[in-house]
Amino acid sequence: MQQLAPTSTAGHSGDPALTLSGITKTFPGVKALNAVSLELYPGQVTALIGENGAGKSTIVKVLTGIYRPDAGQMSVDGQPVRFNTAQDATETGITAIHQETVLFDELSVAENIFIGHAPRGRFGLIDTARMHAKAAEILDRIDAPLDPATPLKDLGIANKHLVAIARALSVDARVVIMDEPTAALSQKEIEELYDLVERLKSEGRSILFISHKFDEIFRIADRYVVFRDGEHVGAGSMADVTEADLVQLMVGRAVDQIFPDRPHATGAEVLRIDNLAHPTEFEDIDLTLNAGEILGVYGLVGAGRSELMQAIFGITRPSGGTIRIDGVETVIRSPADAIARGIVYVPEDRGKQGAILGLPIFQNVTLPSLGRTSRAGFLRLAEEFALARGYADRLDLRAAALDQDVGNLSGGNQQKVVIAKWLATKPKVIILDEPTKGIDIGSKAAVHAFMAELAAEGLAVIMVSSEIPEILGMSDRVIVMREGLIATELTGADLTPETLVRHAAGIRSQAPERAAGVVQ
Amino acid sequence: MRRALTSREALLVGVILSLLALIASRFPAFVRPANLVDVFTDTAPLIILALGQAVVILTRCIDLSVASNLALTGMVCAMLNVAYPGLPIPVILLVALALGALLGAFNGVLVWTLGIPPIVVTLGTLTIYRGLIFVMSDGEWVNAHEMSAAFTGFPRAEIFGLPVLAWIAIAATVVLLIVVARTPLGRAFYAVGGNPNAAVYTGLDVGKTQFWAFVLSGTLSGLCGYLWVARYAVAYVDIARGFELEVVAACVIGGIAIAGGAGTIMGAVLGALFLGIIKNALPVVGISPFWQLAISGAAIVIAVAFNARAGRRKGRLILKRAEREAQA
Repeated sequence: MQQLAPTSTAGHSGDPALTLSGITKTFPGVKALNAVSLELYPGQVTALIGENGAGKSTIVKVLTGIYRPDAGQMSVDGQPVRFNTAQDATETGITAIHQETVLFDELSVAENIFIGHAPRGRFGLIDTARMHAKAAEILDRIDAPLDPATPLKDLGIANKHLVAIARALSVDARVVIMDEPTAALSQKEIEELYDLVERLKSEGRSILFISHKFDEIFRIADRYVVFRDGEHVGAGSMADVTEADLVQLMVGRAVDQIFPDRPHATGAEVLRIDNLAHPTEFEDIDLTLNAGEILGVYGLVGAGRSELMQAIFGITRPSGGTIRIDGVETVIRSPADAIARGIVYVPEDRGKQGAILGLPIFQNVTLPSLGRTSRAGFLRLAEEFALARGYADRLDLRAAALDQDVGNLSGGNQQKVVIAKWLATKPKVIILDEPTKGIDIGSKAAVHAFMAELAAEGLAVIMVSSEIPEILGMSDRVIVMREGLIATELTGADLTPETLVRHAAGIRSQAPERAAGVVQ
Repeated sequence: MRRALTSREALLVGVILSLLALIASRFPAFVRPANLVDVFTDTAPLIILALGQAVVILTRCIDLSVASNLALTGMVCAMLNVAYPGLPIPVILLVALALGALLGAFNGVLVWTLGIPPIVVTLGTLTIYRGLIFVMSDGEWVNAHEMSAAFTGFPRAEIFGLPVLAWIAIAATVVLLIVVARTPLGRAFYAVGGNPNAAVYTGLDVGKTQFWAFVLSGTLSGLCGYLWVARYAVAYVDIARGFELEVVAACVIGGIAIAGGAGTIMGAVLGALFLGIIKNALPVVGISPFWQLAISGAAIVIAVAFNARAGRRKGRLILKRAEREAQA
């Protein structure tokens, strides 16, 4: 491991173009990156692999100057660098092409390519003619059949990716980060992207390729790096590993969190969904849910899990299929309908969708229950306080007073307020979307214990989660979603980290000795 | 509740009292009860409109059409009085409230069903409502001598030493205080403006809540329309032109966050009183009316800067707290 030695180990072509070492980034309650290292070599594609929440997005933001790491060194060609702004990263030659392209719809192709470094003419004004000529030249180099003057909004996603790549070339980027670039592309467009990646390689650029799709990683990557829970857990040459090895690295050691012990006995069917479909997000969804059950829903980001839950909750309208509650077919047109029928949804993004930070705790808790706490159309504050007090005690909410604004609470306590709000409506089905994302370990355990308690009281729980330990530790049954479909349903002995990842990522066949735990 | 008293409202009461003391030290006549009643009565329309505007701003919208609504409703009432001089005042009041509500509902429907940004909708209706007055009146004035004595007398009639206009402002304030603080709709105004996304997940209909805010604002504007025309005994196309900005200013000074979800009805009333006192005191003190505008403007900027600073300090506190918890 002589990282800074002038000659590097075999298998790499030359010195790394970019080296990160000991990079640490902490957010309140979460260590997003813990002393990770990363090396990118010129003319090579390095695949960055990891579960949701492994720290992939955080490292991209560190590399592109959006986050400043708390600790660690970054060097380009052996020279230490520090990025204070995104501009610094661009000037050093690092650019990123994001899953959803970060471009300007109202500007032209050429303006998008050259924004921030447009060629200047007299009086420092933008030299449009020269900008268009240079843009055409770059687009020509990557065989992109685009007119520099076209407004970006007229292009499809694949062509927007081309514009992003052209932008990378316009600053002569030496390091190109591609964050799930094929997620929204058709097969033909993907092939064209691969050709382009090959071309960037041959020009000696370093590419960091983030993807969940194993087939494409094996096709175009030269090296791999695996992150897990914000730590670097493995790296090497693609030639030396199998899919099984990578899955093993991603899911890692056995579950080391403690989860509440609970019986797997469940009651009558509460919710039954047949053939539910949405025009763009999912289809063919069949699922049942029993009283007292915790149903885990696993899948990669973008598999359609939250979209399915939003349709069940009435935020979006499904295009087909039926929903039955206690055996009675119901149509849910709005969240108010869902709440009235006993379905509640604790969304993933607490700040944006969960709590109203400017309102006091008790008002947040009673917001969907005001019908019960008011009389003759007037609110009764004493009643509201009593209701909020009951759930605050039950959830062990840590707050100075119930009329304190929710915005002043920690993440874990905000989550408790949101859960209290829903429990106060006395639901039959509670849907928890990533219930412990971004909260500290202590609050996590409390949320888990509370989920177990709710199920024991006969509530039916759907838990959407990207954390494998949580899925394994809490669920009676798990459905895995992939690309808007239910890939499989797993219970009992079939429920292992490997089977989850395999079904979520769509890895078809496995080495025989590993196939034992797979449900086909 | 205690927090509310230590905040913007208490500060404004302090500012208003010291302003009065300052003026009284030079012109004691200004703080004589009779004059204070005059100042309050003069500020009543501003207070009434600020009540409605405050609710609209709470829901993260804005209503720029209030002054046009006032002028249009006022003209309709005046023409009605000319055409049917015997029409009793309660009927006129009912017409004013209903027409105002209708004009407000028109704004609300556009915001709710078509999802057009409120600033665009009400900028449009600001012009449309003004235009309608011209179409209706052919640009003619309705003058004092054409109006019946009962029509012009109503807002000036005194009850317990206060004109009816002042009593109506007080009554409207009480009603709005109760609606906003003590009804589910009032709670919804805060929730929808504070976090529309979360409000949707809570089962609230954001558009519908905003619709009701516009209806409320329109109703109050309509009420003011009759009172204004009767008090000044004249109706024409241009009455109260530009008044909507003064109304918004009163809300902002009163601590209603322009981003929605924060502020109190009492704050808006105090903001209106502050502007009203300045407006009435400057001529007495002998400062040119041009300075009035500059002083009102400065008050707005200071108030907004104050809001922004308060918000930032809060943000830092949260961070500190998070840091502490992360270390613990």
